[in-house]
Amino acid sequence: MPALAGVVVPARHLGRHARPAELSALLLLAPSLVFLLAFTYWPVLTTALRAFTEQRFGQTAQWGSNNFFRLFADPHFANAARNTAVYAAGTILPSLTLALGFAVALSDSTRLNTLLRSVIVLPLLIPLVAAASLFIFIFLPGGGLLDWHLARLGVSAINWLGNPDLALGSIIAITVWKNTGYYMLFFLAGLAGIPAEYHEAAMLDGAGAFTRFYRITLPLLGPTLAFVSVIALMNALTQIDHVVVMTQGGPSDSTNMLLYYIYQQAEQNYDTGLASAATLVSVAVLLALSVLALRALERGIHYES
Amino acid sequence: MRFKTGILLAGAAAVLWVIPFAWMAVASLRPQVAGAQDVASLWPGGPFSLDNYREAWSSGHFPLWYLNTILVCGGILAVQCVTVSLAGYAFARLRFRLRGAIFTAFLLQLLLPPVVLVVPNLLMITQLGLQDHLTGIMAPYFASAFGVFLMRQNFRAIPRDFEDAAAVDGATTLQVIWHVLLPLTRPGLAAFAVVSVTTHWNEFLWPLMAVSSPDRQVLTVGLASFTSGAESGSEWGVIAAGTALVAAPLLAGFLMFQRRFVSSLVFTGLK
Repeated sequence: MPALAGVVVPARHLGRHARPAELSALLLLAPSLVFLLAFTYWPVLTTALRAFTEQRFGQTAQWGSNNFFRLFADPHFANAARNTAVYAAGTILPSLTLALGFAVALSDSTRLNTLLRSVIVLPLLIPLVAAASLFIFIFLPGGGLLDWHLARLGVSAINWLGNPDLALGSIIAITVWKNTGYYMLFFLAGLAGIPAEYHEAAMLDGAGAFTRFYRITLPLLGPTLAFVSVIALMNALTQIDHVVVMTQGGPSDSTNMLLYYIYQQAEQNYDTGLASAATLVSVAVLLALSVLALRALERGIHYES
Repeated sequence: MRFKTGILLAGAAAVLWVIPFAWMAVASLRPQVAGAQDVASLWPGGPFSLDNYREAWSSGHFPLWYLNTILVCGGILAVQCVTVSLAGYAFARLRFRLRGAIFTAFLLQLLLPPVVLVVPNLLMITQLGLQDHLTGIMAPYFASAFGVFLMRQNFRAIPRDFEDAAAVDGATTLQVIWHVLLPLTRPGLAAFAVVSVTTHWNEFLWPLMAVSSPDRQVLTVGLASFTSGAESGSEWGVIAAGTALVAAPLLAGFLMFQRRFVSSLVFTGLK
């Protein structure tokens, strides 16, 4: 028996090490993969199937691209796409510029700067719906916070959310207020990674503050800038909670966005085909833009090293 | 010179930035007087009262909404900790076929946030019988590509010697992860927890669609219906109080653990 035991132990030992890594990996990845498949890949697949399925009343479903024809013929969709583009540009450009400006101005960690940074980050921590609840009063025509104070300067009441020319701008202002602090945090981290010697050397060579900013700070922040742009882009396409509670896409469709259009088709019109086609188009645009931005990010990293 | 101007401008911006919060604080504490014209005033003159908070608390279902939000955030985080630790370990330590391809498949999720897939996800949870359940709100977030990526980086930074020593003592993979690796990655896990809870505490559109019963609403969905109710009665002080109740926990957490919050938000974003 001792001899046998002597054989068995190494065999078991061997067996454990010989267990294929694939099996261990599969067991460890299974919990994540199940949910990843169920809530990311399967939905994309079924969306594609539904988008290409034509469902006519009283007939059996058949393949076709009718949903896409209907989608691209729908003026509401074109309008939502246009508004989303305006919203993306209108939120990303100002909030990134402001965030970079704040980060440069507040990069030294003095007590005052730390306080100012915290104040600018604060909106990030409240739900967009809570921000909407505050801004409903701020934008209230006549007696609201903005109009009440403007009235003291002699400006007459403005219907910030009710005027189709102003509503999207008002919605954009809320997003800029809410997200600028988040982007500032990334720029602050990026600035902290730039060695002080670079600036000192440039100063010795007589470079002014603006030259140093354009020649040193901005190029070295390239990767951060590209990364923040991707996040800002995703935020612009997905953060529309304030639209849902404040304007419902109105007035006159002036604040309708792609995601809200999808929500309307699915929840209000029960038009799954149209909603799926719109989702598929949005996903494609999102992926294409993200890949473009990530390419830029990669180039930025090469530039740095 | 330029530097001073910069701080001055940033200071002015900070004043502008804080105004909505200042109004929320002042208006929520100002007693409501019939026909008062000063709702928009930011002047923090007394008298103060908690009447608005009392009215908000009794006309909304705040205890229930808090409970549901805490259950959702806690449930998501608990499951995520398990899924991201296991998968993070596999990507950090094991060599297996298709590792690169599977990792890419994970990362693609970062570009496909569940909110874009609300329509198919709603059909999915309906098929699973999870529609109108808190679990239905949580399910799409159980797998987190971002968390897996984070844990992989964390595990990679730990020398293998620790695990080898444990393996020699006969520890299984799960025991190694639980007893050796996770205690060493506590800061990383904490950072992940901060970001996960902040994200899901603030989420609105998906919980709005996934749940229809009033007794399963989360704070954000509750606040939206509460606001539209109080808005028609122009009860601005009550709206300010209700908003403060929803925003308070995270704001308090941020002000107390500012450094940890900031480093979590940046660290998790950049890694």
